[in-house]
Amino acid sequence: MSDVTMAEATSAYTPESTRVDETKRWTYVDNIRTNPGPFSDPIAGTQEAIEQFDKIKVLGAGGLGCEILKNLAMSKFRDIHVIDMDTIDVSNLNRQFLFRKDDVGKFKAEVAAAFVMRRVKGVDITPHNCRIQDFDAEFYKQFQFVICGLDSIEARRWINAMLVSIAEEGEDADSLIPMIDGGTEGFKGQARVIVPTITSCIECQLDMHAPRAAVPLCTIASIPRQPEHCIEWAHVIAWDQEKPFPQLDKDDPEHITWLYQKALSRAQEFKIEGVTYSLTQGVVKNIIPAIASTNAIISGACCNEAFKLATSAAPPLGIEDNYMMYSGNDSIYTYTFKHEKKPDCPVCGQLSRPLQVNPRMTLQDLVDSLAVRPEAQLKKPSIRAESKTLYMQFPPSLEEQTRANLDKTLLDLGLEDGQNVVVTDPAYPLEFNFSLQFKKEV
Amino acid sequence: MTEVITQTPPILTGAPSDKERKYDRQLRLWAASGQAALESSHILLVNSGTGTVGIETLKNLVLPGIGKFTIADDAIVRDSDLGVNFFLDEDGLGKSRAQHCTELLVELNPEVQGDWFPKNGEPLSLPDVLGNEGPYTAVLYALPVHPRCELLLQEYCNQNKTPLIAVHSTGFYADFKITFPGPFPVVETHPDVTATTDLRLLSPWDELIDFARGMTKDIDSLDNHEHGHLPFVVILLHYLDVWKATHNSAYPSTYAEKVAFRKMVSEAARTDNPEGGEENFDEAVAAVLKTVSPPSLPGDVKEVFAYEHDSPIRSSFWIIADAVKEFYEKHGCLPLPGGLPDMKAQSSVYIQLQNIYKRKARRDAAEVFESVRRASGGDAIDPAEVDLFCKNAAFVKLINPKNNDPERLLEVADEELANDEMAKEGIMPPSLFPIYLALRATAYTPSVETSFPEDILKDMMTLVPQLGDQEPYAHERYEQAAQEVIRGASGELHNVSAVMGGMVAQEMIKIITKQYIPINNTCIFDGIGSRCQVLRL
Repeated sequence: MSDVTMAEATSAYTPESTRVDETKRWTYVDNIRTNPGPFSDPIAGTQEAIEQFDKIKVLGAGGLGCEILKNLAMSKFRDIHVIDMDTIDVSNLNRQFLFRKDDVGKFKAEVAAAFVMRRVKGVDITPHNCRIQDFDAEFYKQFQFVICGLDSIEARRWINAMLVSIAEEGEDADSLIPMIDGGTEGFKGQARVIVPTITSCIECQLDMHAPRAAVPLCTIASIPRQPEHCIEWAHVIAWDQEKPFPQLDKDDPEHITWLYQKALSRAQEFKIEGVTYSLTQGVVKNIIPAIASTNAIISGACCNEAFKLATSAAPPLGIEDNYMMYSGNDSIYTYTFKHEKKPDCPVCGQLSRPLQVNPRMTLQDLVDSLAVRPEAQLKKPSIRAESKTLYMQFPPSLEEQTRANLDKTLLDLGLEDGQNVVVTDPAYPLEFNFSLQFKKEV
Repeated sequence: MTEVITQTPPILTGAPSDKERKYDRQLRLWAASGQAALESSHILLVNSGTGTVGIETLKNLVLPGIGKFTIADDAIVRDSDLGVNFFLDEDGLGKSRAQHCTELLVELNPEVQGDWFPKNGEPLSLPDVLGNEGPYTAVLYALPVHPRCELLLQEYCNQNKTPLIAVHSTGFYADFKITFPGPFPVVETHPDVTATTDLRLLSPWDELIDFARGMTKDIDSLDNHEHGHLPFVVILLHYLDVWKATHNSAYPSTYAEKVAFRKMVSEAARTDNPEGGEENFDEAVAAVLKTVSPPSLPGDVKEVFAYEHDSPIRSSFWIIADAVKEFYEKHGCLPLPGGLPDMKAQSSVYIQLQNIYKRKARRDAAEVFESVRRASGGDAIDPAEVDLFCKNAAFVKLINPKNNDPERLLEVADEELANDEMAKEGIMPPSLFPIYLALRATAYTPSVETSFPEDILKDMMTLVPQLGDQEPYAHERYEQAAQEVIRGASGELHNVSAVMGGMVAQEMIKIITKQYIPINNTCIFDGIGSRCQVLRL
């Protein structure tokens, strides 16, 4: 963390420009803020609303950060924090418009914050070059909104669970910190507003982000048919066997070249066409196509929701409709709807979520399936039933003690139909409650 | 004429060039061909009003690397610009807005050129910018403008066959309209991969039949490993033969027959093996309803085949389209695209099957190419273009604009008013037509600051007289739209213009690259309800 440099930056920085008439400058935003329209909340335009707005502190994070910072600053938000652990890569320059070639390798949060503060005098942006998981509830409680343009489901689920737990433990409306989430892929994207404990949350909506079906290991190991199968072979089998470098660095062109050549020779052996460097990189890094225009649409939509929430100038997404899907592949199509809260949501619901299982499956099968089931997506699950520990990933001593259970079937372990199990995963600060539903034998 | 083509020498490792690394995330969407089209494009922005939405659009075009942009705008940077336009700063106060925006935009991508007019504070001469500085690949202008200016742009675009885009953003509302200079065909529409499976199971050709029969002639005596690795295509072809033998040589055609056929396939799977079933048979069962159907001609392709030309000048698209139509009329199906989805199979078997599909696709494309060559003007057409068309034949799309139809606005108004009758019941979201009409009514008003909602409503009713006959509910929605436009006071909200700038840039990229499908022709964004509607106006 660079708290020292930040303090220096803040002290050296003039809060408002002397050359610009601030009242004239914000003419258009203030027009909307001070003149209620036919759809505004009655509070809009009142002195109270104006004063509240000026005190708002908002947090932005993730790959849409450049757009979000620009939009928040241009919406007259004055106190903004941004979290991003990433450093700038050359492949960001086609869309993350606050970065230049010379910035490659520097921290995104720092460069972006400095740029927007230079351009928009009067805004105060505090960058944090770290992971969102490095902060605790106390840190998050200082904000009125969180806007996320995160690129991983895992990070979204983490911050969602954090904000829901703050809301559950809090006593007043201030502990309800809405989360505005945006994501893009190619010409498509989504923007959604989550009011913790009140509306459907990220975990309720998890099945909308089902993981891609994995290719069976036997296909990769012995009967490849697609270029991707050859690349996966190089990635998961050849690399481990040959260990050409101590650790695989997916951003090192030399490492990708090694994988590419391995994949290519395997493809030639099986007469499979289509292995390229670009495809190798895409498969290994799970690259999702991303363009400036889609990021602009989704970030603009997210910040528009933040502005509506903060000003009451128009009804925001949230209590009624809470989700906007955007698709630009074929004409333009948006679908704005209400995603319903799920009573069995492991984060914000009260009931345990049913999990269909075959009683004859082993505990290992169950553990493996939790990673790929759309309703779970837990990669390192530890499981316990009401009174007994079934399998613990950590610490190593407990792992060793419980490992023998993995080969036993659910029946052997004495588990019953309707049994509640608690699953934990180091990636998330909470327990997931599931109830086992035995499949009927056919 | 000799052309010097500079090409990066091939690197043995296949590692990407600097440019490929920078553009990696977008090349995965539109490939080198789309990128080349972008890089040779020149976009004109005629800016007006509070001037943000056009600049946000340019930002999203400069980043992916258009060749050049030109901004025509005679405004001077004022304090209020700095509260809405991110590509301006204090150093620009009192100077040319076009120049200052250009300078801050070209910083985003050193490979893009930017220019601006007027150069020295003289009045903007649009005819000069249009006549001397082009040609332009597309022209974008921001509303409100003077009708005379709009007319000049329309004339230029009409004469030069240039797409023209008008965008209007005020308060929480925005819209844009694309005027195509003529029919706009797209070959590379990038359909969903799952939609592109075309296996021709009901019209197999000899090579495919022989291959499948070769693998299944002793299907019951195959060992479990062989049986469990029959590709699902082969399984389905085999059981279709079995079905025909007991159904008067007819294929399953009704839904009930397909379900019965699916059951037949499902029951043929072996369950006495250690896995208790066979993945390849599961795949076959899952594929029945989707793939056991005769080839059909999608509506969009019908439209291409039926298109009647006004003028004899025809592009390669139309010459190839005619040849594909001839192919279709002769064979009752489109050229085979040639792709084969992944399926459980031994590697070598899958590759053989894949090659059978590829060879047929090549033969079909060669036949189309032959008739292209026979057509007048066809001798200059690149076989690669024919291949690309054949591969995408089922998904080609024609945007067929019917410009300047004065009746169209009233037709749409009737449709949308009827739509709102249903929306009232909560069956569907309310129409955004009121927003469109309120924006349209103010498209030539430099500032609505001194107007009243009644004035705008009156102008809306001049455009659409039916509004006067509406019951209060419908009428109120139009009145609210007018109030909201007044509230915006002809000023933009940065967020709304950022959304709009993204949408317009997406559409312009689709038009420039001729990939993906652009809107036809008007898109309305409601920043209050957070949704869009596309209307053909």
